[in-house]
Amino acid sequence: MNEMANIQLSRASVAPRFPAHPVAGMAGTSLKHDHLPSIMANGVERGFFEVHAENYMGAGGPPHDALTRIRRDYPVSLHGVCMSIGGPQPLDKTHLGRFKALVDRYEPALVSEHLAWSTHETTYFNDLLPLPYTQTTLARVAEHIDEVQEAIGRPILLENPSTYVLFLQSTMSETEFLRELVRHTGCGLLLDVNNVFVSATNHGYSALGYLGDFPLEHVGEIHLAGHAEQADDEGDLLLIDSHDGPVADAVWKLYDIVIGQCGPVPTLVEWDSEIPDWPILKAEAAAAQAILDRHAYRFMPGKAHAAG
Amino acid sequence: MQPVDFQDHRHDVRIGYAADFAGPLLDPERPPPAFIAGPNGKAAKKRYAVYRNNVTVSLINALAATFPATLRITGVDFFRAMARFHVRATPPTSPLLFEYGYDFPDFIERYEYAGSMPWLADVARIERAWLDAYHAADAAPLPPQALASIPPAHLADTILTPHPATRIVRSRYPAVTIFAANRVGGPVTPIEASEPEDALVTRPGMEVVVRRLPPGGAVFLTRLLAGEPLAAAAEAALTDDSEFDLSANIAGMIEAGVFNDIRGGG
Repeated sequence: MNEMANIQLSRASVAPRFPAHPVAGMAGTSLKHDHLPSIMANGVERGFFEVHAENYMGAGGPPHDALTRIRRDYPVSLHGVCMSIGGPQPLDKTHLGRFKALVDRYEPALVSEHLAWSTHETTYFNDLLPLPYTQTTLARVAEHIDEVQEAIGRPILLENPSTYVLFLQSTMSETEFLRELVRHTGCGLLLDVNNVFVSATNHGYSALGYLGDFPLEHVGEIHLAGHAEQADDEGDLLLIDSHDGPVADAVWKLYDIVIGQCGPVPTLVEWDSEIPDWPILKAEAAAAQAILDRHAYRFMPGKAHAAG
Repeated sequence: MQPVDFQDHRHDVRIGYAADFAGPLLDPERPPPAFIAGPNGKAAKKRYAVYRNNVTVSLINALAATFPATLRITGVDFFRAMARFHVRATPPTSPLLFEYGYDFPDFIERYEYAGSMPWLADVARIERAWLDAYHAADAAPLPPQALASIPPAHLADTILTPHPATRIVRSRYPAVTIFAANRVGGPVTPIEASEPEDALVTRPGMEVVVRRLPPGGAVFLTRLLAGEPLAAAAEAALTDDSEFDLSANIAGMIEAGVFNDIRGGG
């Protein structure tokens, strides 16, 4: 333990520490390098930026330069996309080491990963693939979350997936599965409201019903994003979690209800393809901030707690 | 709620769903796994196709992002068809997509429909090297006066350490000219060059720079990067090309940020 403390001390003496920048009650956006000149030139009054951890796992160069500059001025959320926590095979220790190095280097306000898998054997599929919800997978996923949290020395927020298929072998609901993961590992949750809407539509259940079963008291961050429309084999609506457009009206309504229930939880607007100019993305974040602020007063210390 | 049995599954390396779900993702001939469905007994063919499409398209997009000049030369449809073959045959083995595509230039060389563009693979090699340089570790390039600090008697044995971003791509074609003309937007201009061109890729600061190496430069620099002393590398370069100009090469390379450190011999 002493050795550990020494290592941390020596690192602190070399690398300048970043300011704390609290993220509470804020809306933020995905950080896109095309937006950097606008962000740097005009600044952002209030907000945070979320980055996909894997894009910053190179040794150096412009990605780290940009993230360092952003981290000096704003809270940063580190969002892992390919830890493959939901897969049956052991976690990639090298990848976990890289993830830990990023957490140590940038001291992010939020750290999250997905309830999904993306690597099987040696192939990386670059998609968030689904898993069945059973006692067996629950045990395996809980082990993986424990391993990540132990490596980085702090709890993670686990994101609910958007899915297109159901597994015949599932014996638990998704909300039950997430609730058990929280109970066994102490992790928090990242509630993606668009994913809830997409999955509910795709699987024919009520999004509000899902949210009613969701352990909202453990939500440490919220994601909002746009989705696209396709059709399933029967010709019915199938929603695709595409992150390529504005947040849908129905998702904004669900979000308003969620914030009314659980207070001003930091909220991220994701936009990962067909990326618009900065003012458009900034306006989406401002819309989320308005909802956060509208509910915030009821959750201020000293006020009667209106939630629930 | 039943208690979770953490002991039971710890050593169970393979739980079937991932293997069976993953198998058909990159193989359109195989049917979707039997254990998935839509709600209320609905079919899952189109539903599973969403995952297939996400995997294939996102990996093609990753190649398109790494090889934009190659794409501009071939056109979008040609590039995406070529990339689709490559993605299915050689999917990534690292979750870091900026490490994907090292095998793509060799694939292009063997791709029969690209046979009329024999220089295309070399352009792709420059683009792959560009991305290596972009993500390489930060390091201060050797300042121009560094060489002057070495006593003349020790110059022959001097060892120059490469900057982490430095890459060389040799070509029998005017690959640097073709790369430079297609890495930018705007109208395509005819390319007059026909001479072989060796590319030097460096990143002295935050900007990746691609330039042409002078005659003998590639041999000279390859030897230096392998750790050979200055005199031996210069001799090899002169043997390769009698036009090799030692001082012009060193000056140009130091200016490009090729080196990170210098160690006098003796």
